Amino acid sequence: MTRPLPEPTPETQRFWDGAAAHELWIQRCVKTGRYFFYPRRYSPFVTGGPVEWVQASGNAILYSYNILHRPAPGFADRGPYALAVVELAEGPRMMTNIVGIANTPENLVLDMPLRVAFEDVGSFVLPVFTPAAVAG
Amino acid sequence: MKPGQVAVVGASESERLGVMPDMSALQLNIDASVRALADAGLTADDVDGVASTGGFATEISHTLGLRPRWIDTTSVGGCSYFLHLRHAAAAIVAGMASTVLISHGESGRSRVGMEPLVFPASGAHGQFEAPYGVAGFASMFTVTALRFMKDKGITHEQLASVAVAQRKWAAGNPRALKRESLTVDDVLGSRLIAYPFHRDECCLVTDGGGALVVTSAERALDLDARPVYVLGSGESTEHTIVSQMADFSSSRAFRDSGAMAFAEAGLTPRDINHLMVYDAFAHVPLYGLEDLGFVEPGESGAFVEEGHTSPGGSLPMNTNGGGLSYTHTGMYGMFALQESIRQVRGEAAAQVPGVEVAFAQGVGGMFQNAGSVIFGRTA
Repeated sequence: MTRPLPEPTPETQRFWDGAAAHELWIQRCVKTGRYFFYPRRYSPFVTGGPVEWVQASGNAILYSYNILHRPAPGFADRGPYALAVVELAEGPRMMTNIVGIANTPENLVLDMPLRVAFEDVGSFVLPVFTPAAVAG
Repeated sequence: MKPGQVAVVGASESERLGVMPDMSALQLNIDASVRALADAGLTADDVDGVASTGGFATEISHTLGLRPRWIDTTSVGGCSYFLHLRHAAAAIVAGMASTVLISHGESGRSRVGMEPLVFPASGAHGQFEAPYGVAGFASMFTVTALRFMKDKGITHEQLASVAVAQRKWAAGNPRALKRESLTVDDVLGSRLIAYPFHRDECCLVTDGGGALVVTSAERALDLDARPVYVLGSGESTEHTIVSQMADFSSSRAFRDSGAMAFAEAGLTPRDINHLMVYDAFAHVPLYGLEDLGFVEPGESGAFVEEGHTSPGGSLPMNTNGGGLSYTHTGMYGMFALQESIRQVRGEAAAQVPGVEVAFAQGVGGMFQNAGSVIFGRTA
């Protein structure tokens, strides 16, 4: 079984183009300066308000996670793995995987600092995260 | 809306629950609907409004020979039937319908006559969650829990105690699928599904149906039925995908819909004798206790662990055994409503003495949507 891949829309294409270049791009509300995720055409903070793309720092913390013992298609070969939600330094949160460290409750401590990394999956590049201590 | 203007006059589940490969999802709807109408002493000719998720409203109408002048196909996951009831109450008060049938039927286990559940790859979930290895609802719904537990000081034993408390109720309910006694050690020793959730902290997967018949309080008095009055209700929606839930420690949708229902009824948590909180997974009732105001933030784990929601406790909760021990077809909300109604009528399998006012809280998707209903024995 192959892993499910995203199908970008015009609203999200910039995000996936950024990931392909190993860059994490998110959006910001022009009027309030507040960042948000996932990509869209108007600000969620100001009705109809303009938005702009910004390259994120790539710094994050581990906000929450679980460890799946019944894998999704394409994930069976890796053993139990974490579905993680990280909070970017800019504020927004995103679902991701944690790489570069065994996905165990002992290793994965909430609020631990993380750095963005990039994983090739078929024709796509997915932003993933790795412990800042591992990233160096 | 004023409290008590509308009443549930018919309520029934399908004759059987559990594993029924001989029944399609539509037939589970029909079985429950026929039984609910009989419970109300009514027939299809008396029904002029119909509500169910998606295409079922039309299928049920055609199959039963209804001629509705009011239709609600709200599909917001497992709490859809809470919203149907709230919308039906408004429609009845507005004169858009006089008697509404609300139906649920789902072949969640046997998958007979079920449309496949598809998350498009171009949607928010398809782009920003699914690629990371999402494996069904157990993988999505549970992802909030570790943050909730850290922020609120909830222990693994307290999470397990939700399943234990509900099993105590199920033990007194012959229709519950799981009735054998369960300890915290049993739960923590059961197979891990999605850490920190073990098998016994995850809902069952079953086939079943349930239906309600709703009419005005005025018309209810003319029927040979036992009316259960709608005193208040609420609804809300929050995020599209669970990773975008604003605060993993508290459901904004729960807080909003709950407060709406209490305000409408003119009641507070202290007035409630009986509580149902949709338990797809063991953490959801803990959010419910806190976000609806039954306990202070951070107190829910100890509250359940100390037995306050168990038989003999001060706030009986999920007294049918819940989605964890009774049944869980997929959109379980109908069964939470059925148990609230049975308790107010005084006919539940594990009956709590003297239930005058019951609160039911539903969740849809992974904390995405919420519905609340407060039922009363008197208007």
